[in-house]
Amino acid sequence: MAADSLSFIFLNTVLANNFVLAMFLGLCPFLGVSGKLETALPMGLATTFVMLVSSLCAYAINLVLVALDIEFLRLIAYIALIASAVQLVEMALKKYSPVLFRALGIYLPLITTNCAILGLALFQTFKGYDFAQSLVYALGAGVGFTLAIVLMAGLREKLALSRLPSVTQGAALSLMLGGLLSLTFMGFAGLGGGHG
Amino acid sequence: MSRRRDDRLTWETFSEGLWRENPVFVMLLGMCPVLAVTNSAVNALAMGLATTFVLVASGLLVSLLARYIPRQVRIATYIVIIATFVTLIDYSIQAISLDLYNALGAFIQLIVVNCIILGRAEAYASRNRPLKAVVNAAGMGAGFTFALLCLGGVRELLGAGSLFGFDLFGPNFQPWVVMVLPPGGFLVLGGWLLLFDWMKQRGRETEPLPRGETVHGR
Repeated sequence: MAADSLSFIFLNTVLANNFVLAMFLGLCPFLGVSGKLETALPMGLATTFVMLVSSLCAYAINLVLVALDIEFLRLIAYIALIASAVQLVEMALKKYSPVLFRALGIYLPLITTNCAILGLALFQTFKGYDFAQSLVYALGAGVGFTLAIVLMAGLREKLALSRLPSVTQGAALSLMLGGLLSLTFMGFAGLGGGHG
Repeated sequence: MSRRRDDRLTWETFSEGLWRENPVFVMLLGMCPVLAVTNSAVNALAMGLATTFVLVASGLLVSLLARYIPRQVRIATYIVIIATFVTLIDYSIQAISLDLYNALGAFIQLIVVNCIILGRAEAYASRNRPLKAVVNAAGMGAGFTFALLCLGGVRELLGAGSLFGFDLFGPNFQPWVVMVLPPGGFLVLGGWLLLFDWMKQRGRETEPLPRGETVHGR
């Protein structure tokens, strides 16, 4: 498989270079919203959606920045863009699908400060992906994030029923679990040919 | 209005970020760079200093401008201020050391979405006078750097057998490679948190409580 084929990019971002477990992006929701399965899944899907929208916009705005030769404004442009993308998605959902809007609740605006989104926009620019590649990259990142957060939620639901020493309850335990999950995902590294 | 709040500058203003409200170990904020760039002590130190610079500079500017920023757009304004300083430090690091720049990668730019900085701007800098905001931001930055060094030091020591690039154990040391790989970040931070929780729990059990105070009350 060529390193820039679409299927390779997708598999690589979902498994080998998972955004959460291998690149440490989007850890706040990963640790904060992974307590229950029924909140973890909507969070993952909403993040995926925002990733797709902001990846698309970032691709467009980068063309403008390069054309005008003002690349030093990239960071400011991207962060403003992501904030407005989240706002737009929120308004559109409120108008066309109130049910989904209510299901997502507070998680939607919080996506703005999820570093996975900004990270995605920056990485796709550094890697010089074209339009289709960017979209597939965003989709892979979103699916990878959803996969990680759902797996984590499942594990934590199981653990809630088991007896633990009182010291280990809380963030320390979640981090240890994350470490084990990350160790598992390292097994996929052979697919992607290391970090890249 | 908060103008009338206690304006005195105390040691507490600086030290609360160091230990009692340490952003990483106590508040669990800004985890992404904490885990991502701490595979060596040098990277950890550089990241800590860069974040401290952005914290202090944006704290100063936010504190100075707070009165002129309309409430409705304050978060957006803070983000733009922070992004400006991050762009500055990003280009500075690129000019000073290209190796370091490549090692830290996009995580310098990702300082923008580090919740510690926005959190401090909103909760502290916008409500206090500039000097106090700067001192507090410096304390928070020092606490953040300290936490990063704790992680980076342990990970480099176990994963490469060195500290700040100096070999410590000689050629016979078998490095524990997983510690410098992603899972090591989770495990080492989990370990530190366990240690601190355990210390806190022991402290509560052994110390006799002063009269009229409960375990949960401050």
